[in-house]
Formats: sequence, structure tokens, C-alpha cells
Amino acid sequence: MKITINGTQRTLAATTVEEALTEAGFTGTVATALNGTFVPAAARGTTALTEGALLEVLAPMQGG
Amino acid sequence: MPRFYGTQVDSCLMLGTAGYPSPAILAEAFRTSGAGIATVSLRREGGGGQAFRELIQGLDVHLLPNTAGCHTAREAITTAQMARELFGTSWIKLEVIGHADTLQPDPFALVEAATALCRDGFQVFPYCTEDLILCERLLEAGCEVLMPWGAPIGSGRGLNNPYGLATLRAHLPDVPMVIDAGIGLPSHAAQAMEMGFDAILTNTAVAQAGDPAAMAHALSLAIEAGRLARAADPMGPRDMASPSTPLIGKAFL
Repeated sequence: MKITINGTQRTLAATTVEEALTEAGFTGTVATALNGTFVPAAARGTTALTEGALLEVLAPMQGG
Repeated sequence: MPRFYGTQVDSCLMLGTAGYPSPAILAEAFRTSGAGIATVSLRREGGGGQAFRELIQGLDVHLLPNTAGCHTAREAITTAQMARELFGTSWIKLEVIGHADTLQPDPFALVEAATALCRDGFQVFPYCTEDLILCERLLEAGCEVLMPWGAPIGSGRGLNNPYGLATLRAHLPDVPMVIDAGIGLPSHAAQAMEMGFDAILTNTAVAQAGDPAAMAHALSLAIEAGRLARAADPMGPRDMASPSTPLIGKAFL
């Protein structure tokens, strides 16, 4: 299925957010949002991806 | 010392973590200033996130995640939810930017986002202007801290509207208020503290100084001087001169 992760289109076998993170190689602590809606870590395994979904994977960063 | 949502903080200086020449200099600026709170953000994971997480955990300060760069209430709310999970805190510095040039807050979207986040259990630190009515609406929404700007973010212009800020301080004397944005020099920070504000948040003034650690130290001293001066009940300005040396007993020459 084709989804967009952090602005880059990917073709993945994953069907859930959890699987997409693993397949795309994210290993550290991150926060996720699917199509603009927050997906808590505990819900990633049961949150299904859909064709063309937008997945944002965020990490701690410098800020003011 | 300031108290935010029941948490006592040991410094009136809050420091941003962006734009330093190196992580080591960032850490040194926190050490020399004794800043009690570090602001942080969330960005797309590109490999540096985990190293930064270790760096900020080593600072041993309270973390205040922000929603910097958000232009709508929806974006800001989602970012806040992600920040709460990522940083393990309900504190959120709520920024909803209304204009690309001035980076001034969108007051309407700010109140909308603050209302939703307070209902959801967040402890919101709203980045706002000195507009009294906006600040009252934010308090009604459930905010217990206000963060009025001194001047546009990164401008280093100090307190653009001291009259408006003094009015705000006078009308809401018991609300913890942090001057956020616009501080360029220690004198700006001292002025804000002398006016009775509870804390100062600055980033660019430190990170962009030639010697960030030295500037952070200077800011911390100015903030402490301003805080002590406020507590000492400073005199008011006068229009006319008033001799300080007694006239009684002056020789007739």
C-alpha cells in the first residue's frame, strides 16, 4: 500500500501504524499522527493504514 | 520564585534550546544561568531526535514542549497531544501563529486551542499578546499562566509596549506571567522583572550571542536584580528635581 511518511511516499506491506514504523526503520521513541490525528503509542498496533494515508513520525527537537 | 500549575521552579529564567553553536554550548548556557525550564519542540524524526532527547534529559530541568510553527488550532492540538506522550508532561507552550512576518499569535485560534487542551487535561502556557481581553479569555478557558510577548520572536527589541504590559500586570496581579519573545539584552529582562513579571523566556538572545554561556549568565543576573528590585518597592519617577541632600543647615555664604 502507498502511504506518505514524513512527506515521503513509500510503498509498504504494513497494514497498521505499528507495522509501518517497523518497516520504515524507526527505532527510537517517537510520536505519531495519522491524517492529522494523534495516534497514541498504545493504539498503533490497532490503527489501520489506508491507501494514500499521511503518517507523521515526530521526535524531540530543539525549540524556543 | 515562580510557581506554574503547582510546580515550584528554582529560577525565573526559562531558556530555549534552538540555534546554539553546539550541544555542548547549549548545556553550558544552562549550567552558567541556572535556568529552571527548557523549551523543546517536535519535528519529523530524521535521526537526531534520540541524541537530543539524551542531551535535554542530562540538563536536569523541567521541560516545556511547544507547538511552534502551528498556524491552526487543529495543528496545535494534535502537536500538543504528541508532545504530551513524547515528553511525558502535561505542560504545553501553546503557540498558534497568525502572521508569517510578525509571528504574532492568532488570538482567536489560540483561545480555541487553549479551551480544547485545558478540557483535555493539559496545563497550557499560551504565547499571547499583551491584550487584556485576550488574556482574560485565556484564563476563562482554563489557563493558569500567561506568556505575553515583549516583541516579535527573534527580534531582540525588548518590551515594545511597556504601557500595555504594565496594564496587564496591574489588572491580573495574581496570574503567573512570563515575558516570552523579544528579549535581546539583560536590561530588557531586568525591566520586565522590575515591572512585576514572574519569569522570562528567551532563546535567540542567548543562542545568537557571540558567547552564549556568558550571555545566559548575564541574563540570569539581570533577572535576579530585577526580581529583587521589584520586591524592594522601587520609587516612582517624578517630573521635577528633588534635592537628595538636606537644605536645612546649609551655610549662608
